[in-house]
Amino acid sequence: MTLTYHLQIVNLLAALLLLISFAMLSQRRVVGLVALFAWQGAALALSTAIIAWSTGQHHLYYSAALTLALKVIAMPWYFYHLVKRLNVNRAVEPMINIPTTMLIGIVLVIFAFNLALPISEMSGTVTRSTLGIAIACVLLAFLMMITRTKAIPQVIGFLSMENGLFFAATSATYGMPLVVELGVALDVLVAVFVLGIFIFQIRETFDSLDLKNLEKLKDK
Amino acid sequence: MEIFWLLGIPLTGGVFLALWGCRRNAPEINALFSLLTLAVAAWLTVRIVAEGPMMVGNGWFFIDSFNVFLVTLTAFVAFTTALFSRPYMRIEEEHGRLNATRLRLYHSSYQIFIGAMLLALTTNNMGILWVAMEAATLATVLLVSLYRTPASLEAAWKYFILCGVGIALALFGTILLYFAAEKILGSGGTALLWTHLNGVKTELEPTVLSLAFVFLLVGYGTKVGLAPLHSWLPDAHAEGPTPVSAVLSGLLLNVALYAVMRSKVLVDGALGTEMAGNLMMGFGLLSVVLAAFLIKRQTDVKRMFAYSSIEHMGLITFAFGMGGAVANFAALLHMTMHSLTKSAIFFAVGHATQKAGSQLMSDIRGLIKTNPTIGWGMMLGTVAILGVPPFGVFASEFLIITTAMHEHPWATPFLLLALGVAFASIFGKVQPMVFGETELPRLPYQPALTPVFVHLALVLMLGLFIPPYLADWYRQAAALLGG
Amino acid sequence: MSVSLQLAQTLLAILLAPLLMGWVNQCRAWLQGRSAPPITQPYRTLRKLFHKDAVIAHNASPLFRFAPYMIFACMALAAGIVPTIANDLPFSPAADVIALVGVFALARVFLALAAMDIGTSFGSLGARREMLVSFLAEPALLMVFFTASLISQSTELPHIVETLAHKDFAIYPSLAFAAVAFWMITVAENARIPVDNPTTHLELTMIHEAMILEYSARHLALIEWAVALKLFTYSTLGIALFLPWGIAPHGDVAALPLALAAMVAKLALGGALLSFMEAISAKVRLFRAPEFLGTAFMLAVLGMLIHFLLEV
Repeated sequence: MTLTYHLQIVNLLAALLLLISFAMLSQRRVVGLVALFAWQGAALALSTAIIAWSTGQHHLYYSAALTLALKVIAMPWYFYHLVKRLNVNRAVEPMINIPTTMLIGIVLVIFAFNLALPISEMSGTVTRSTLGIAIACVLLAFLMMITRTKAIPQVIGFLSMENGLFFAATSATYGMPLVVELGVALDVLVAVFVLGIFIFQIRETFDSLDLKNLEKLKDK
Repeated sequence: MEIFWLLGIPLTGGVFLALWGCRRNAPEINALFSLLTLAVAAWLTVRIVAEGPMMVGNGWFFIDSFNVFLVTLTAFVAFTTALFSRPYMRIEEEHGRLNATRLRLYHSSYQIFIGAMLLALTTNNMGILWVAMEAATLATVLLVSLYRTPASLEAAWKYFILCGVGIALALFGTILLYFAAEKILGSGGTALLWTHLNGVKTELEPTVLSLAFVFLLVGYGTKVGLAPLHSWLPDAHAEGPTPVSAVLSGLLLNVALYAVMRSKVLVDGALGTEMAGNLMMGFGLLSVVLAAFLIKRQTDVKRMFAYSSIEHMGLITFAFGMGGAVANFAALLHMTMHSLTKSAIFFAVGHATQKAGSQLMSDIRGLIKTNPTIGWGMMLGTVAILGVPPFGVFASEFLIITTAMHEHPWATPFLLLALGVAFASIFGKVQPMVFGETELPRLPYQPALTPVFVHLALVLMLGLFIPPYLADWYRQAAALLGG
Repeated sequence: MSVSLQLAQTLLAILLAPLLMGWVNQCRAWLQGRSAPPITQPYRTLRKLFHKDAVIAHNASPLFRFAPYMIFACMALAAGIVPTIANDLPFSPAADVIALVGVFALARVFLALAAMDIGTSFGSLGARREMLVSFLAEPALLMVFFTASLISQSTELPHIVETLAHKDFAIYPSLAFAAVAFWMITVAENARIPVDNPTTHLELTMIHEAMILEYSARHLALIEWAVALKLFTYSTLGIALFLPWGIAPHGDVAALPLALAAMVAKLALGGALLSFMEAISAKVRLFRAPEFLGTAFMLAVLGMLIHFLLEV
C-alpha cells in the first residue's frame, strides 16, 4: 500500500472527523459542542481542499470555501452567541450515560464500515476508503440527536450529520454537482436561520430549552 | 417558457408578500398569485397533453404526463386553499389568535411553499428535487408553529427534526444514486438528471441502487407519513392552521411520494426485480393498518383526519408498490381523489372548529343545525373519503383492492380490515358532530365553503364518469411508471 | 558482546529511572511557579530511605516483606527487555507486548496483596481502587498493543521497532489513535493527574499512595524505585511503539551513542509533556476514572477499526 502524502493527510483528517464525532457524543457542555462542531467543519473543509488540490476537481474548492464560511465561521459564531444570550451553557447529562453511548457508537462504526465496504470497492476515487468513516459520522450524529434532550445539541447533531453526508459525497464521488451542493448549503443555512427563530419561540413560550417540555403531544 | 412563469409566480409572490404582506388585502394578493399559478399550470397541461413530454432549460426541467398531472393538482388545490384561507385567517385574526406580522409570514411562506413544491415536481435533477423538498419543509415549519402555542411549537419542532433526519437519509440516497450514475454518465451536473438516468437505468450498479432506494424510500417516506416514521404528521396537522393542514395533507405528501416514484422507476430498471415494489407494499400496508387502528383512539378532529391521510397515503404507496398499469392508474386516481377530498374536509373542519373554539370532537355537535352548509360539507366529505359510492374515492379504492386480490391475495384481508375499521371509527365520530344535539347559536357569518363543494363536486364527477382525455392522461402517466 | 550490551541497557534503565522522575517533578515545579527541587532529588530520597531502619507491623506476613522485592524485580525485568537504545538483544524474544502486560499485572497483584496484608482500611481501599483502575486499563492497553502490532503483524517489540523504524515515512491514523490511548493509559497506570495525584495523601482521592502507607525504609525505597521504573518503562515502551527512530539496530555498536542521545532527548521531551499535561488538567473524581479509561479503550478500538478501513 503506497499512498501519496496528501492522501495520507486526508485519511488522517478522516480519522480526526470520526474522533470529533465521538468527542461530540461525550461532550456535556453546549459551548464545547459548538467548538467541536467548528473543528469538525474545519477538518472537513481542509480535507475537501486537499482532495480538490490532489485530484484537480476545481469545483471542490468552492465547496471547501463554502464549508469554511458556513460551518467553521458563521454557524458556530451564531450558536455561540445564541448560547451566551440564552445562557444555556450548563453541563447536561444525556439520556443514556456516556460510556454506554460510546459502546453503541463503536457498534455503529463497525456497522458503517461493513455497509461501506461493498460500495467503496466499486468506487473509482482515490479517497474511497474514507467512505466508511463518513457513514460512521452520519450514524454517530444520528445517535447524538437521539440521546440529547436539548434544542441546540439536537440541531448541532443535525448539522453534524450533514457534515458526514457531505464527506460521504466527497469521498465516494468527489462531491455532488456544484448546483446541488449550493442548493444544499442554502437549505442548511435557511434551516439554521429558521431554528434560530424557533429556539427563541420555544424559549419565550416555555422559558427553557429543554425538549422534555415538548413531549405533551401523544396519542392517548 | 411556461415553466419559468410557473416557478417565478409563486416565488415572486413569496417575496412580494414578505415585503408588503402587512396590507389589509394581502389575502387577496395571495389568492391572485395562486390563481396566476393555476392559469400557467393549466396552460402547461394543455401543451403537454397535446405535444407529449418536454424538456426545458437545457434539460434542467422535465415535464411529462406524470408530473404535469401533479402540477395541475398542486396549483388547483393551492388556489382553492388560498380562497378558503382568505376569510378563515381574517376570522382567526379577529379572534386574536394571529396578528398582522404573523399573517405576513403566513402568506409569504405559503407562496414559497407552493413554489418549492412546483420546483420539486418539475425539476429534472434528483439533487434539486432534494433541495426543493427540504425547502418545502422549511417553509412550512414556521407555518405549523404560527399560533405559538406550546403544542404548536412542539409539533413544529417534531416536524422539523423528524423530517430533517428523514431528508438527510434521502440526501444519502441521492449521493449513492449519483455515485452509481457518475460511473456511466461521467461526473458533473448531468449525472443526476432523471432523463439521463432513465436512459441508462439498466446499466446502473444494482447493489448501490438498491441501497440508495432504501435510503430514498425511508427518507422521502418520512415526509409521505409512512409508518413507522409518521409521528410528526398528526401533530403538524392538528396544531398548524387549517389551511396549512389542507395543503400538507393534500399536496406535500403527494410530492414526497412523487420523489419516491421517480426513484422507483430507476431502481426497477437497474434491478429487474420486485425489490422496490415489495418494500413500498410493506411500508404502505403497515401504514394503512396502523393508521386505521389509531384513528379509533383519536379525540381531536384534525388529528383523526391526519391519521386518515396516513392511511390513504399508505394505500397509494401500496398500489404503486404493486406496480402494473391498473395499479398505477388506480394509485394516481386515488392521489387526485384524496387530495381533493381531504382538503375539502379540512376546509369544513376548519370552520367547524373555529366556531366551536375547540378541536375536540366532543365539543363539536349538531353542525347541521348551527350551520347546514358546514354540516353538509363535512358529512359529504367524510362519506367521500370513506369510499362510499358514487364518489371517486370508491372507484380508486375498488380498483386497488381488486388488483390486490388478483396479484397479492394475502394483502387483501389486511386492507379490507383496515378500511373497515377506519370506516366504522370515522363515521361513528363524525355522525354526532354533524347530527348531534347542540345549544350553540347559529354561526354569525357565512363560511367560505365554495372550495369544499367545488372539490366534492369534482370527486363526485370523477366517480361517475372520467372524461376520456383525463383517463388517457392517467393511462399515459401510469405507463410512464412502468408496468 | 550482546549479552553485556543487554546487561548495560538494563542497568542503564534502572539507574536512569529516578532521573526521569526527578525531571518530571522539576518541570512540574517550574510550571507551577515553585522553585524546583534538584533533578537528583529522587536519588537522595532513595539514599535516605535505604539508610533508615524498617518498621513493620506486628501482624505482617512474609508476603508483606517479600512484595517490594518482587515488584522491583518485575519492573526491572520489564525495563530491561523493552528496546531502549539497542534492538534485538538476547532477552528480546521475551519482549512480547502481551508478556509485558503480564509482568505488569504480576507486580500489581503483589502490591495489592501487600496493601491488604496489614488489614488497615486505607490499604484495602487503595487496593480496591487500584484494581478498579487496572481492570479498566488492562484491556485498553492490550487493545493499544494489538492496534500497534497490526502494522508489523507481530506482537514482539523488536519486530515492531524494526518494521516501523525502517519503513518509509507514512502517516498511520490508527497509530495516532493508539498513541493517544496509550498516553491516557500511561497516565492512569502511573498514578498521575487526572486519575490519581502522586503528591497527595487525601483519603478521598488517593489510590497508589494509600497502598504503600504501611511501608518504610528500604521497602519503601524499593517501591518508590519501582514506581520510577514503571514510568520509565512505559515511556520507553511508548517510544518503541510510536517513535522508534534512532534505536540502534542489531549489532550496530557505532549507532549506540546516537541512540542514547536520541533516547535521552525523547524522554526529556516526554517528561516535559507529561508535567505540562498534569499542570493544565484537574484531577477527575474517582467515578469519572472509568469514563477516562473507557475513552482510552474506545480510541484503541477505533484505531484498530480505522486500520482495517484505511490501511489494509
